[in-house]
Amino acid sequence: MLTTVAITVDGLGFAAWLFLSSVGLTLIYGVMRILNIAHGGFYAVGAYASAWAIGLYTQTGNTIALTYLIIPAAALIAGVISGLLIERGVLRFMYGRDEVLMVLVTYAIFLILEDVTKLIWGTESYISYQPAYFLGTIDVFGIPYTVYKFMIVAVALVVGLTLFLVLNKTRTGKLLLVVIEDREISTALGINVTLFFTVTFVVGATLGALGGAITAPEISVQPGISAEIIVMAFAVIVIGGMGSIGGAMIGALIVGLARAASVHIYPPAELFSIYLVMAAILAVKPYGLFALSQGRKI
Amino acid sequence: MTRFFDKTELALLAGMPLLIAMLFVLPQWVLNYVQVSLGTGLVALGVMIQMRAGLVSFGQGLYFCVGGYSAGLAGRMFNISDIFLLVLIGVLVSLVISFTLGFLLRRYRDIFFAMLTLAVSMILFGILTSTEELGSTDGFNLPAPTYLGWLPEGEMARNALYIATVIPVLTIAMLLNRYLRSPVGFVNEAIRENELRVEYLGSSAHQSIHITYMMAAAVSSIGGVLWALSIGHVDPEMTNWTTSGHFVFISILSGTGNVIAPLLGTFFLEILRVFAVDLSPNTWQAILGTVMLLTIVFLPKGMWSLFARKKRQTRDGDDLPQNIAGE
Repeated sequence: MLTTVAITVDGLGFAAWLFLSSVGLTLIYGVMRILNIAHGGFYAVGAYASAWAIGLYTQTGNTIALTYLIIPAAALIAGVISGLLIERGVLRFMYGRDEVLMVLVTYAIFLILEDVTKLIWGTESYISYQPAYFLGTIDVFGIPYTVYKFMIVAVALVVGLTLFLVLNKTRTGKLLLVVIEDREISTALGINVTLFFTVTFVVGATLGALGGAITAPEISVQPGISAEIIVMAFAVIVIGGMGSIGGAMIGALIVGLARAASVHIYPPAELFSIYLVMAAILAVKPYGLFALSQGRKI
Repeated sequence: MTRFFDKTELALLAGMPLLIAMLFVLPQWVLNYVQVSLGTGLVALGVMIQMRAGLVSFGQGLYFCVGGYSAGLAGRMFNISDIFLLVLIGVLVSLVISFTLGFLLRRYRDIFFAMLTLAVSMILFGILTSTEELGSTDGFNLPAPTYLGWLPEGEMARNALYIATVIPVLTIAMLLNRYLRSPVGFVNEAIRENELRVEYLGSSAHQSIHITYMMAAAVSSIGGVLWALSIGHVDPEMTNWTTSGHFVFISILSGTGNVIAPLLGTFFLEILRVFAVDLSPNTWQAILGTVMLLTIVFLPKGMWSLFARKKRQTRDGDDLPQNIAGE
């Protein structure tokens, strides 16, 4: 019983974190057909920016409560700057190229971003635990959990819901769906596709940075986190079907629960349980659970 | 084309005594880099032959690691230190694994292939990092190799291993060159251009890809065994996706035009790394990334196209643009 509760709550926590870190990836893929390895870099930039800002702020001795504003602000600034630089500086020259080639391009950007974070923030680790413990803990069936964990779950839900509403209920969202459907026709209809691309990329980058920023208080931020998160984010969006936001949510839940289960039942399996689940799902549904069907090219 | 060896093979044949002669010319530290990069160069070759079919493997580190670990485990558990046996074991294990995985992977193309190979290699990474018996993230050391019962010592041991690396690597490169010019090799290029038409013509794309995948696995595992023996150590980083990314990087940089290209590319990169890390340790990856971007934009067929450009123009049909317009 206790294990079941622990797996469920921890799984939800993992899932929220995974969803926030991977939804930007699936959004960018869905709209731009770019599988963005550099997304791990956005996550790291967000995490560093947030941990660093929290560190600076807590030194002033003011109330910790304000850090809950610092986290999203750090993510926004880090995501918008790095997203804009990369989209305007590199990617826009590459549009229309082969999808595989775009993976390699973003891999190159990932490598560059990795060193840029090292140059800005150094190689030592940043620890900014204060926001995670400020709100205290609550007991779930006798197991104490930080309130912060549930806050992340709430944020993930809000982000997911907002994206869903924007995409399906607003004019902009509907136009975006048209762009996804057919780039050329949308241009002919007078939709500013370039602008949509830029905005999507920056939003995706900011979401990635938010994933990092919001996790920063729970982990030690150090070099290498970008490489770790990107492979997990891949697993999440591949399970859900690339380009599908609902799919990312389901994928995050599956991966989160699988990881939590292995942590509680058989800890050594923690890392590979994720990919095992992914391989199992792909063996049955080759392009993920909610993938759009694609015609074969002749 | 009636000659038995083509130009590439002649170059490789000539390279063999030349590289061995370097034993008496080059300083030891350069020789070490030659040896190490021949090992990793084989893995890059494995990535490259798959790239010919338009498949980018972001998990070739898997077989690099399988080779290294099976050699290491054979040494640890069965006290096998004979280099020929170790290579054989590495190849066998990787063939079994790649044969099995091939059934799943051959169904995928493009980014799905890239991500699935990555996922599979990360499974092994996960297993190895959490297995205390195998040294977890630290890995373990390998015994010194013997040659049919002969255990050389001191400088002799270094030279013997060097020669034992040069000869098989160049031989394999020659064999792969043959393979790329064989029917299956050409089917692979056709798959890259248009898979459906290949099937209409009566060839099985799945089968060709499966064979190529296993071939790449075997070659990479030999690279893994030789690399592990020259370093004397294996650890899970060998199968981390960043290592695989490095192999992809080499293939992109050197291009898929010729089997010699990845071998040379690996060596130059290794030497470049020595100096770059010396100059500023935290910008090495940024340099790599920048070079990669520049290569993709300005030399889409890799560095090798610089050498091969003239020849290409005279041979028709060989230089089709990679992305033919129109859907």
